[in-house]
Formats: sequence, C-alpha cells, structure tokens
Amino acid sequence: MQVKEYKPLIVAFCCNWCSYAGADLAGNNRLNYPADVKIIRVPCSCRVNPMFILRAFQRGADGVILCGCHPGDCHYTSGNYYTRRRMALLFSMLDYLGIERERTRVEWVSAAEGAKFAATMNDFAEKVAALGENKRLEDLRCKK
Amino acid sequence: MQRIGVFVCWCGSNIAGTVDVEAVSEALKREPGVVFSTNYQYMCSQAGQDIIKDAIKEHRLTGIVVCSCSPRMHEATFRKTAAAAGLNPYMVEIANIREQCSWVHKEMPIGTEKAIILGKAAVAKVNLNTPLTPGESPVTKRALVIGGGIAGIQTALDIADAGFEVDIVEKKPTIGGKMAQLDKTFPTLDCAACILTPKMVDVAQHEKIRIFSYSEVSEVKGFVGNFDVTIKKNARYVKEDLCTGCGLCTEKCPMKKCANEFNLGMDTRRAIYIPFAQAVPKVATIDPDNCNMLKNGKCGVCAKVCTAGAIDYTQKDEYIEEKYGAIVVATGFNPISMDKFDEFAYNQSKDVITSLEFERLTNAAGPTAGKLLRPSDGKHPETIVFVQCVGSRCDACAEKGKEYCSKICCMYTAKHAMLTRDKYPDTDVYVFYIDVRTPGKNFDEFYRRAVEEYGVHYIKGMVGKVSPEGDKLIVQASDLLADKQLKIEADLVVLAAAIEPDKSARSLATMLTASMDTNDFFTEAHPKLRPVESPTAGVFLSGACQGPKDIPETVSQAGAAAAKVIGLLAKDKLVGNPCVAHSNEMMCNGCSSCERVCPYGAITYEAKEFRMPDRTTLVRRIAVVNPAVCQGCGCCTVVCPSGAMDLKGFANEQIMAEVDAICK
Amino acid sequence: MQKISRDILVEKAISMLENGDVCSVLGWRKGEFDYDITPAVFTDKDDIKNNFVWNDFCGANFSKYLVQKTRKAEGKILVFLKPCDTYSFNQLLTEHRFDREKVYAIGIPCEGMVDINKIKEITGDGISSIDCGDKITVNTIYGDKFDIDATNVLSERCINCKSKKHVAYDELIGDEGEVLESNRFDEVTKLEQMTPDERFAFWQNELSKCIRCNACRDICPACTCEKCVFDNPKSGVENKAAANSFEEKMFHIIRAFHVAGRCTDCGECSRVCPQHIPLHLLNRKFIKDIDGFYGEYQAGDEVGSRAPLVNYTTEDIEAADIFEGRDN
Repeated sequence: MQVKEYKPLIVAFCCNWCSYAGADLAGNNRLNYPADVKIIRVPCSCRVNPMFILRAFQRGADGVILCGCHPGDCHYTSGNYYTRRRMALLFSMLDYLGIERERTRVEWVSAAEGAKFAATMNDFAEKVAALGENKRLEDLRCKK
Repeated sequence: MQRIGVFVCWCGSNIAGTVDVEAVSEALKREPGVVFSTNYQYMCSQAGQDIIKDAIKEHRLTGIVVCSCSPRMHEATFRKTAAAAGLNPYMVEIANIREQCSWVHKEMPIGTEKAIILGKAAVAKVNLNTPLTPGESPVTKRALVIGGGIAGIQTALDIADAGFEVDIVEKKPTIGGKMAQLDKTFPTLDCAACILTPKMVDVAQHEKIRIFSYSEVSEVKGFVGNFDVTIKKNARYVKEDLCTGCGLCTEKCPMKKCANEFNLGMDTRRAIYIPFAQAVPKVATIDPDNCNMLKNGKCGVCAKVCTAGAIDYTQKDEYIEEKYGAIVVATGFNPISMDKFDEFAYNQSKDVITSLEFERLTNAAGPTAGKLLRPSDGKHPETIVFVQCVGSRCDACAEKGKEYCSKICCMYTAKHAMLTRDKYPDTDVYVFYIDVRTPGKNFDEFYRRAVEEYGVHYIKGMVGKVSPEGDKLIVQASDLLADKQLKIEADLVVLAAAIEPDKSARSLATMLTASMDTNDFFTEAHPKLRPVESPTAGVFLSGACQGPKDIPETVSQAGAAAAKVIGLLAKDKLVGNPCVAHSNEMMCNGCSSCERVCPYGAITYEAKEFRMPDRTTLVRRIAVVNPAVCQGCGCCTVVCPSGAMDLKGFANEQIMAEVDAICK
Repeated sequence: MQKISRDILVEKAISMLENGDVCSVLGWRKGEFDYDITPAVFTDKDDIKNNFVWNDFCGANFSKYLVQKTRKAEGKILVFLKPCDTYSFNQLLTEHRFDREKVYAIGIPCEGMVDINKIKEITGDGISSIDCGDKITVNTIYGDKFDIDATNVLSERCINCKSKKHVAYDELIGDEGEVLESNRFDEVTKLEQMTPDERFAFWQNELSKCIRCNACRDICPACTCEKCVFDNPKSGVENKAAANSFEEKMFHIIRAFHVAGRCTDCGECSRVCPQHIPLHLLNRKFIKDIDGFYGEYQAGDEVGSRAPLVNYTTEDIEAADIFEGRDN
C-alpha cells in the first residue's frame, strides 16, 4: 500500500493593503513557498473574525496564519491594533485548551516585504507539517 | 441561484507555464452555479474582455470569476468589463493564480491543483455576492477653517483663491494667532508682522472669505461634503458693521488696569480694546469681566465717545448655522503653564519669563516698546540665561511636562540669543540645552552663527534651580561636557516652555469625531501617506494642532490641507466605496462596541420603533452606518457579538464560504 | 446565613409597590425544591409576602432580566442586587442594554451562596426540605436530618468572591463591603502549568459532557444579544444538536470570546450547567490574560469604561510573545 505523503492545509488571511501586496511581491520575485498555503484576501486584518479561524480548523485546516500591516502602518490607522489584541487572546485560549501553539500565527508583512512573506510561509508550513495532522482540532470538525 | 462564468487567463506563459489552464477551466465547470467556463491567452486584452462581455450576454451570467493575475492588477479592469456588459461590477471576483500560484510554484500538478482550489474559493464567494452600488452624496462647496492663526489664514487663502467660499472661525477678537505675537522669525530674521499682517489684510479683503472672530464652533453634525455646523458668535458688545476701528473708545475707557493678554499680561489695556494695531477685523471688543457698564450699569463712556454708534451693551451671543463640505482644524498651540516648574522660580520672580514673553519684550509694539528691559525694575539685563526643553522631552512617568520634543524651541532660542547679542553686545548670554536640534533649511547654519559669530555661550546641561537673591537670579546648573557645576548670577532667565495643543482642541475633536493622540494632538489619517487628513472623512488638519511645527512647516501643511479641501470641493458628488459596513437592525443590540472601534466615526445610534408580533411597538437603540464615511475596514464586524454588523463585499458568509472551499 | 433578613426586603418591596414607586419587583421565588430558587417578577404584595425568598440559595443574578423587563414595564422595576450582580448591571448599562431610569436598584449584602451539589455530597439524594437558619438544615425522604454550616458548602464563585462592594445602586440596605483579594485565578494557573496534553485531556473530558442545552448562554448576563449567532443559520456556527461529542469546543470558545472583556466573572454559567462543566475557567482565562497583557480590568466596575477588546495601545504585546517564559 502506498502511503500518501502528508501535506498540511494552511489558510492565510492577508490584508489587502500590506500583506496581500507582500504576497504579490513574493510572486513578482518568484520566491517559492509551499502550495499548501492558500490566501484569502480581507480588507484589513481586523476583518478576521476568530470564527473564521475556528471554521478553518473545523473544516480541516492544519494551520491558520493571519497577516496584516505592521503596527502603526494600518491603512485604516488602528485595525491591526485590535487584531493584535484579539489574536493574542484567541491564541492564548487555544493553547489553554491544549491546541498546539504552532498552528496559529500572526505576522506583520508590509507591501515591500515579499521576501518576508515567502520566508514566513515557508517557516510556518514547515512547523505545521512537523506537527502532523490536526488531530486535536479534528474532533472539532463537522463529520459530514 | 447565480449563473457564474469562469474565465481562466493564461497570461501568455506566465500562468499557463505552471498551471494547466484547460484543466482549471474544466474543473471549475463542475462547481455549483457555474454555467460557463473558458480560458484564453490574455483575458485583460481587448479580445479577452470581449470574450467576457459576450459570455455575460450570451449566457445571461449573474456573476463572473476571472482566474488571472492579482486583483490589485486588474480587478478594476474586469469590473469595468462587466459593467460594460450590463453586469454589476461587484459581481466580479478574481482568483489570483499568477502572483500567488503560477509564479511561486514550479511544478505543473501542484500549481494546477492550487489554482483549482483558488478558483473554487472565488466561485464560492461569487455565489454569495450581491450587486452593490456606491452611494452618492452631494458636496456643499464651502469650507470651514477653525482657527485664524497663520495655519488657518494660509489654508483659507489657498482655498478661497481656488474659487471656493471659506469661513474662518477664530475665538480671539482678531485673527493672527501666535505669529502675530512674534517679533522676528528664524532663520531669516524678517519681522513676523511684516510677513503676517499683509496676509491678514488679504483675508479681510478676500471676497470669498468671511471671518467669524470672537466666535467658536459649538456643534457639528453631518459628514463629509455635508457638515452642519453651529457657530457661536460671542457678544463683543460692539456692532462689527458699524465700528470703524478708530480706537477713540479704547483711549477714553476709564477701566485702565486690565491685563493685556496680547502682551501676555506684561502691560495693561482698557476694558474696551483692540488687541493690536493691525488686528483683523479692526473692531473694538468689550471685555465683560472688566467693563463697569456691563457689570454695574454705570459708565457708558465708550458709547458716548463713539461717533459711529457702534457700542451695544445689550448684544447677546448669536448662533449661526451654516453648511460646509469640508472642515479644516487649525487650532494651534499654547506654551504650557509654568506652575509646576517651581525650580525655575517662574512664579517667584518677574524676571523669569517664557520665550513668548521674551518675544513681546523685544517687540517694538510690546510693553517696553522693543527695549530689552527687566520686567521687575526696567533695568537693562546684563546676564541672560536661556533654559531649553522646559517641559519638553520629559520622562513619561514624570507628573509634569511632555514626553515629546516641542521642535521650535532650539531655533527660537538661538534667535533670541543672537538678537540679544546683536542689539546689546555687552550682555552675556548663556543657553542651557540637552541637545540642539536644527533640522531644517539653513537652520544649523543659523545656530552656528549664534555660537561662532555672536559668542553665545551654549552649555550642554540642565538648569537645576533658579533662586532669586536680591535683584539677581542665581542659576545653578551642570555643564555636562566640562563635568562641573555652574553658578551663574543672571539678571533675566528665559524659559523655552514646551508647547501643547490648544485646550479647545479636545472638545472640538469630540464634536468632529476626529481622533487625538495621548497628548491631544490631532491624529492624521496616515502618518506618512495622508498627513493632512484626519481619519474622519472631510476633516483636515493644518498646523500645530497636529504636532509641533515651525512657520514654514505650518504654511506648507496649511497649503497641503487646502489642496485636499479643494480636491474635495471641486467634486459635484462624492461617490463612496460600496464595500461598507451595514448593520442588521433586527439583530443589533445597540451596545456601542462597533462605534468604539470605528476609526472614522461612521457609526451613530438611533432609537428605532419596531412593530412586535403582538402588535405592540418597541423602541430599541440600533447602530446606523453612514456609508459616506465608512471606509470598509470591517473592524466593527468582529466586535459585534450578535453578528448584526457585516461588511458588504466581504461578508461573514462570503469569507466563510471561501474558507470552506479551500478546506474541502 | 445572610445578614439581611428576608422580612426587611419583603417590607421594602411591598411598600414601594404600594406607594406606586415601582410597578414590579424582581426577586427570588421557591421553585420545585427548596434549593431550587428561581428568579421571579412580583406585582402583587400578597405574592411577595408569601413567596418571596431570600436565603443562601438565591444565587440568580437579575441584571440580565432587566433587558427584557424594562422594555415592557410601564413604570419602574425594583431589583435586588447582590454585590457581584451590580457589576453585570453596570456592564449592561455600558452597553446601553436597558434604561437606567426604569430601574430602582437596591443593593443588598451577600454572605455567599451555597452549592447544592456540595450539600448533596453530604446528604445524598432525596432532599425533602431545606431550612436556612444559622445552619442549613436538610431533611431527606429517608428521614435523615443534617445541620450544615453554610461556609462549608459555599459555591466556588463565593469562596473566590472578588467583591463585597456594590458598584451600582439607588439605595443600599445593610453595610457597604469592599473589593476583595481573591484567589480566583489559581485554578487557571494550575491548568496553565499542565502540559498541553494534560490540558487537552482535561478540556476534552469536561467539554465532552456538554449536552448543548445552552443554559450557560441563556443565563449569562453578557449574552443578551437580540439574536445569538448560534441561533442564526447564516452565521456559520449555528448548530442545534451536537454532531459529535467534542464539537462543543467551538461553541464554548466562541461564546467565551464573545463575552471576553465584558464578562464580569459572575459565575452564573458554571452555576447553571447541568453537567457541572467549570465553564468559568474559560472566561477567567480571558480575564487573567487581559489583566496580564493589558493591565487590570474589571468589567462593570464603572459605567462607560472601555472594554479591552474595543481598546488598544500602540505598545500592546504581540501574539507571538504571549508564551514567552512559558515552556509548557
């Protein structure tokens, strides 16, 4: 029997103004990162409801990363400051429930940081892959 | 059910090189809602766009997905294409299979698989898209400038010169602001009055500008393009239209001992006064706290001497309502109070003064007619000590002073020191500083001239204590470079007091829903890219209300603010971004969370009547988003516990559909 | 035993009703069992005289009821508030959830409420009557009689009482207490010190008990939404029945997140949970983190305060740094 190689599924929420543009720049510069990373565009990192993150895990994601403008550089001035608080609390709660810390991350990536975007995704995908399948949140999934 | 068309672009070989475009368009054909799917070499080309237009018409498409380059590249293009074919432009979604797929993944099977998933996510989203129409609102072609200092004057002149009406509201009896109180200006040493007063006259004579002096803004309603502002015109007890500014009343008034605020209380004026000779408007004002007629009904001298019949003791505050399209805040600054700085003996000795007081002492129109004399005994000071950073760059935990650098003090202190040595070469001038900061055109050269040509003693170190002893002021200080303690017997000590935003700014910010930083300076919409706009649409910032600034910087910011206002007022209608927040009133709790996180003040509350199933009515507080003000960040949607608040174009359901499509 | 007697409250309620100062009274009434004291709206003085209860079982927090009751009330509503209830009261006012003018709030001191489960551990099942005097006297259908010291069976939230001070009232009966130093975060800390595997096992065990009855949500004074996301088919989290034994995790994380920064730690969720899941440990985790990350904040401490999740500073801790110095 052939063992199927495990490939993690990673959802990346990127704000339209910085990180999505940073991802585009990574593309322009042909900087590779795993295809396991799928990007969802949001206007601002503060648009990301913790429900979206849990939903992703529920539906089988192995890791969720949220990228936004650097603090102080938010297109909407303050959005990412709220994001920072929300995610700090959410991630702390997930850890408290015994979920692996490496499955969630917030990273600030500017429109000029294509290299940082690619490096971040490589690193994140590697860490998530090392954890293996998302068994702990698997139970959280809808069994269809 | 939507009828969705999918258009997969090859982008030459940019996409097709690592993504099997045929497979992608085939796979997406089977997605729910998709009725048509194709691929083409260059979707953005005229031929490609024609394919889209034809398909929209032929297949009666209600939504399209273009799998192509980044939406940052061609979303606008394809929206226009859709609109040209009669489809709402917001029924278009882009799957980014170039920058985020073909360009970063090398192997065809991997790239193809990912492209299909990205396409599926876009299809899932379009299934939930609804046509959106940007809101339009008219623009009132008139601007309000709050504050009549050099910032407000310059902004008003620039806007008016472009042909738009401008009103200036100034709380003092005259425009001119702080600059009118200055003697000379650095680094060119031209006299402040010589460059300011002609501008004041220009303002007064400009047919597009009205000045509301001795007035305040008392209420602001509305939003960008459509502000309703109430201006409170304080009673000055003089009819402005009749007063000729002859000044006879100000000479005859028997109440002679009123502190003259224009000279910072260093001399006196009458109860009826004109702040200074070049005041605009040149109209007298009665100070009600000192006028005997207003206080006790006894006197009436001014009315008797006024040949124009302009005095009116019964005048009341007047409220004027006016509409504006844009508002510019130019409320400026004040030096901080020296009350907490006992160590410098400001309240103990008349000969310890602030730099602004020094300006008046050296000004020809000042209390000493421009002769540098000690306030206490009118003697010529032989040793003068200037202390910099008084209240600036303080420790965050210190209970007095400000954390920030007040920016202008290094330069004006250099100016004071230089002018003193120039006019009175026999005086010894010391300047104590932490650092000397001279970034600006010709600034460092100016400072170096003070040291090298004029022999001003610059000493790095802070003054610890100033103690009055006899008619001398003993200044104890440390010289950090020489590492020794100094004791200087001074005749005059000048404190470079930190500057802070005018006290009126805080309540004004609340009225305008414009945000402020912890120091009460107005915050800009973006610190680098939108420095003269406030986050609140239609509200602009000019001058020191946004942060400490010198005159050239203020004037350039004032002009920039004016340019932004002109750009706004030049429009007949404002077309909004349709991807704005919207609250479902049935689900809204009215809890105010959304309002608190909104950076633009776009959310207000109203009491709304609901008909209940049992035919009773219920009044509930609900949130209402002003689509003309909302910028669509979506922050409010997350703090809304009931999910009543959602963002059009990026709705909860849409994003979750994308998540599901990716995770399937 | 409670310091203020029932009679004082009854007298006050009746006189206010009779004078027309209020049109109804929110108080406690006996339910099916003596330990089953339920919230009730009284409009009749005889009803109050006969059925109003004030004893060691009056745990219910009335603040939430004001949201609906004030909407329908013609006049004012008299509500009795224990110290911890006043925090919820203020929090709801901060969120504009009811009209303060329509409420007359009387603060009453509280000596702590007892936990019936702890009593049952002593007496076993089959309780036939309970009498709250100096001691709690419990009779069972088996003829057993127990005299129990209330301090030995206090509910967890009362052992860790955070405040005996009323932060809101129109009138206070009895003496004003003080904010207390409590050890309420000890259990959270204990969990934090476990390994992730142990934590996961703990919560898996606890949350798998959940029957999704929604009692925690329904009682929670912070959960007053006009429409709850879990009842909204469009929210993406609506789910009436559990699809499997552990799906409740999502429900509880989201619920805790929705009340984060607004939860006053009143402990009602744990009190009403029929499965005895220590739900307050989720909310307290958020409170502890908020205090640790952003400075101490007590929801409901004052009306109009800005909750931590609708606030920020430019210097806030990064999500990446929250585990610094913790290796488990």
